[in-house]
Amino acid sequence: MLTIHHMTKHFEGAPQPALDAIEAELHPGRITGLVGPDGAGKTTLMRIMAGLMVPSDGTVTYDALDVARDTQALHAVLGYMPQRFGLYEDLSVIENLRLYADLRNIRGAQRSRTFERLLAFTGLAPFQKRLARQLSGGMKQKLGLACALLKKPRLLLLDEPSVGVDPISRRELWRMVREMLDDDTTIVWSTAYLDEAEQCDDVLLLSEGRLLFGGQPAALTARMDGRVFQLLGVPEANRRQILTGALERPEIRDGVIQGAALRLVLTADLAQPPPESLGGGTGTRMVPVPPRFEDAFIDLLGGGPGGDSPLAREMPVRPDSDRPVVEARHLTKRFGAFTAVSDNSFAIRRGEIFGLLGPNGAGKSTTFKMMCGLLKPTAGESFVAGLHLARSAAQARARLGYMAQKFSLYGDLTVRQNLFFFSGAYGLQGKIQEKAVAAMVDVFDLHPFLAGSAAGLPLGYKQRLALACAVVHQPDVLFLDEPTSGVDPITRREFWNHINGLVGKGVTVLVTTHFMDEAEYCDRIGLIYRGRKIAEGSPDHLKADARTPARPDPTLEDAFIALIEQSEDREAVLT
Amino acid sequence: MKAPMTPPHAGRMRRLKALIVKESLQVVRDPSSILIAFVLPLILLFLFGYGVSLDARQIRLGVVLEDSSPEARRLAASFQATPFFDARTALDRHTLEADLISSRLRGIVVIPQDFTRSLYAPETTAQVQLITDGSETNTANYVANYAAGTLAAWMTQEASMRSRSAEPAAVLAPRFFYNPERDSRNSLVPGSLAIIMAIIGTLLTALVVAREWERGTMEALLATPLSALEIVIGKLVPYFVLGMTSMAVCTAVAFFLYGIPFRGSLAALIVISAAFLLTALGQGFLISTVTRNQFLASQAALVSAFLPAFILSGFIFEIASMPWLIRMLTRIIPARYFVTNLQTLFLAGDIWALFKPNLMILLAIAGVLFALTLKKTPSRLE
Repeated sequence: MLTIHHMTKHFEGAPQPALDAIEAELHPGRITGLVGPDGAGKTTLMRIMAGLMVPSDGTVTYDALDVARDTQALHAVLGYMPQRFGLYEDLSVIENLRLYADLRNIRGAQRSRTFERLLAFTGLAPFQKRLARQLSGGMKQKLGLACALLKKPRLLLLDEPSVGVDPISRRELWRMVREMLDDDTTIVWSTAYLDEAEQCDDVLLLSEGRLLFGGQPAALTARMDGRVFQLLGVPEANRRQILTGALERPEIRDGVIQGAALRLVLTADLAQPPPESLGGGTGTRMVPVPPRFEDAFIDLLGGGPGGDSPLAREMPVRPDSDRPVVEARHLTKRFGAFTAVSDNSFAIRRGEIFGLLGPNGAGKSTTFKMMCGLLKPTAGESFVAGLHLARSAAQARARLGYMAQKFSLYGDLTVRQNLFFFSGAYGLQGKIQEKAVAAMVDVFDLHPFLAGSAAGLPLGYKQRLALACAVVHQPDVLFLDEPTSGVDPITRREFWNHINGLVGKGVTVLVTTHFMDEAEYCDRIGLIYRGRKIAEGSPDHLKADARTPARPDPTLEDAFIALIEQSEDREAVLT
Repeated sequence: MKAPMTPPHAGRMRRLKALIVKESLQVVRDPSSILIAFVLPLILLFLFGYGVSLDARQIRLGVVLEDSSPEARRLAASFQATPFFDARTALDRHTLEADLISSRLRGIVVIPQDFTRSLYAPETTAQVQLITDGSETNTANYVANYAAGTLAAWMTQEASMRSRSAEPAAVLAPRFFYNPERDSRNSLVPGSLAIIMAIIGTLLTALVVAREWERGTMEALLATPLSALEIVIGKLVPYFVLGMTSMAVCTAVAFFLYGIPFRGSLAALIVISAAFLLTALGQGFLISTVTRNQFLASQAALVSAFLPAFILSGFIFEIASMPWLIRMLTRIIPARYFVTNLQTLFLAGDIWALFKPNLMILLAIAGVLFALTLKKTPSRLE
């Protein structure tokens, strides 16, 4: 048993502790999920449990071992998979395995048996000679797991093993970890995906270094029973406005768009509002649905942020247009023999949110770069606001706002300097620029941070600043690259409030994401897998396609997996 | 705890071997190590071999013949004959002054009108004027020295012509040990081997530990039973072999391509190079371990390896002529000992009386660097 007792970790110079008086017990024979947004303290806690960091206060013990002092003995029974899997990219699959086997002193007959078992287990047997850097994200993840499993660990720590990998690999990884769990093994799995929490036996929910909840996930979601509803029959065109209105009501604690429907969480002890009062007309009805882990998390944090977007108020309404605002025609990009994007076409109307959904390495970012004119397509064309990207890239780019992955801001510049730099780069100057920047500062509440460096901002504010820099010139089109992956659900809701508001003013949005929840906000989705678009349609439409008698109510992830399998079957038939 | 406790040293050789194999595979598959170990040294050797020379040959000199006697002409002919000068004559100093100012000439020798008269008149000394460009101090000194030498040679010649019987009372018979041709390349190329090894030895290792941190693999290594000592040794061995191979290639180029004489023994060369390489690798490891960042490490390695080795090793600038404080500073620059050892080895031979103390100091410096590296190699992430 792993016992964490009154454990605090304080980093020098940090205003508040990374982990604050954590109290928990992790039991063998169970998978404990370490759940929370980026910056919650998950990795720090992992490293402390692995004996790689020492707590400032309190103790962590594994059976009789003090993990901070008996590191050598701990490492003999520990399997640890750090973020990015700890693989040597220049080494092949089998060379990586051999290295870690030697480091853990596994030899003789046991060694070859272990290799055989793990290669079969992970499905990597045909790829033994392949260099780790040439593996897909899912395969890397499996190899990383295999390296951690070499000497059957009694304590297995997996730090965000599923981030960014495709949903099929993610499912296989869960199956594999489940399979190796026995009564002696304690497994910890950290994740920023709240939906993964429901698959864990126990959960430690972290937020800003504090433990919000410890126990079985069902015990937490059970608190929400009877408070979660789907609002059906909403007119599709103004479901965003209806959500915005609903979120402003005291009876509604939280709400998100879920395809054509709204998902609403009611405030405890307040009466359920009549569905027609929410502005969707008489055809709307409220159907109770089972609560999710995320509902409970938001409730613990004190509810969602409301529905208002001051940003949308600042934006002028875009003129109507029948022609698509963003269009890709047969985009193809090859790097040498490798085809990153193959024949991708889509068209986005004014005021529509279009999502490119797919795992890391599927070709989303490459498509994105071609749409911005940053990368020249090998074949095909792209248009933004009627402008041809290859011929008038500069003019087209002036019409679009771009928010890059991980919020590429200038960390050494202050918040104010970042705003002035980006607005200047988009061609604003003089009084107009000053006015635009001042408006962004008001809208995003950046006043207290203006003179501080962007690198020092809390994650949520970094994201706000990145959005501010992308919309300061009031673009017609907004390109968002993984805009909310890893941020806490409250910040994510604030972000989508802004996007919903902008779309209401006629701004056109293209989003890439590997995050299923994010995809639900889109009007239409293109599923990207291995460089090809394997399906396109509204989230509801894609889910309906994956409906089977065995699975009457599939999630978007179910739909994605079903579509990948279908496309692979088709490929198998063709070849 | 139920699991059997394994002593920490169990499987140490196996772990070390695994690390060495891994590191070697990375070296072979990573073009940057090959570039640093073999391409960079050859480029540097080429630059040092052809680009740096301390010899002044064919310095452009003007000779003004205001006196046209046979004696004055013979003196002018002497200036034209010596290989140190590329001399041309003129009758008027004004025609040459412009060339001196524009650096087309490095100096002007003026043989004045009264030269021959003063030469033969009792109680007077004949004077020859030398004008040089003082803004190029080094060249001006060469011109002055070589001009004085040429003048002295001419005077000896004149004296023997005039009285066959009266030989000069004493003649200076110079002999230059070890480098009779006084070809500066013979001492520069062995010295530059030291500079090159200082750069590449440091650069090779500066990147490797930082790379582990950047790619997140250090975290995985630290969670295995590896100790800090094993990590350091596992990395040292492959890069030591690589560095020695690189040294062998450079020595071969110096010997066969530049024709630098090699008067010592191969065994001495190996021992001397090995001792120095340890200090360079140790310096790189320390930088890498402290910075944990490849870019920073490569910058720090270049600056901290190249500059002291180039300036403070006695490779170009005489240590004896440095101020006391700087002289003391040179004592902790490993390249200083390597430059001396290599120059001796190439030009003089095995002089163990010199090598031994130098080797001791090199090993001591390497010991300090590795001790610091070990101390800074964490067994944790903080």
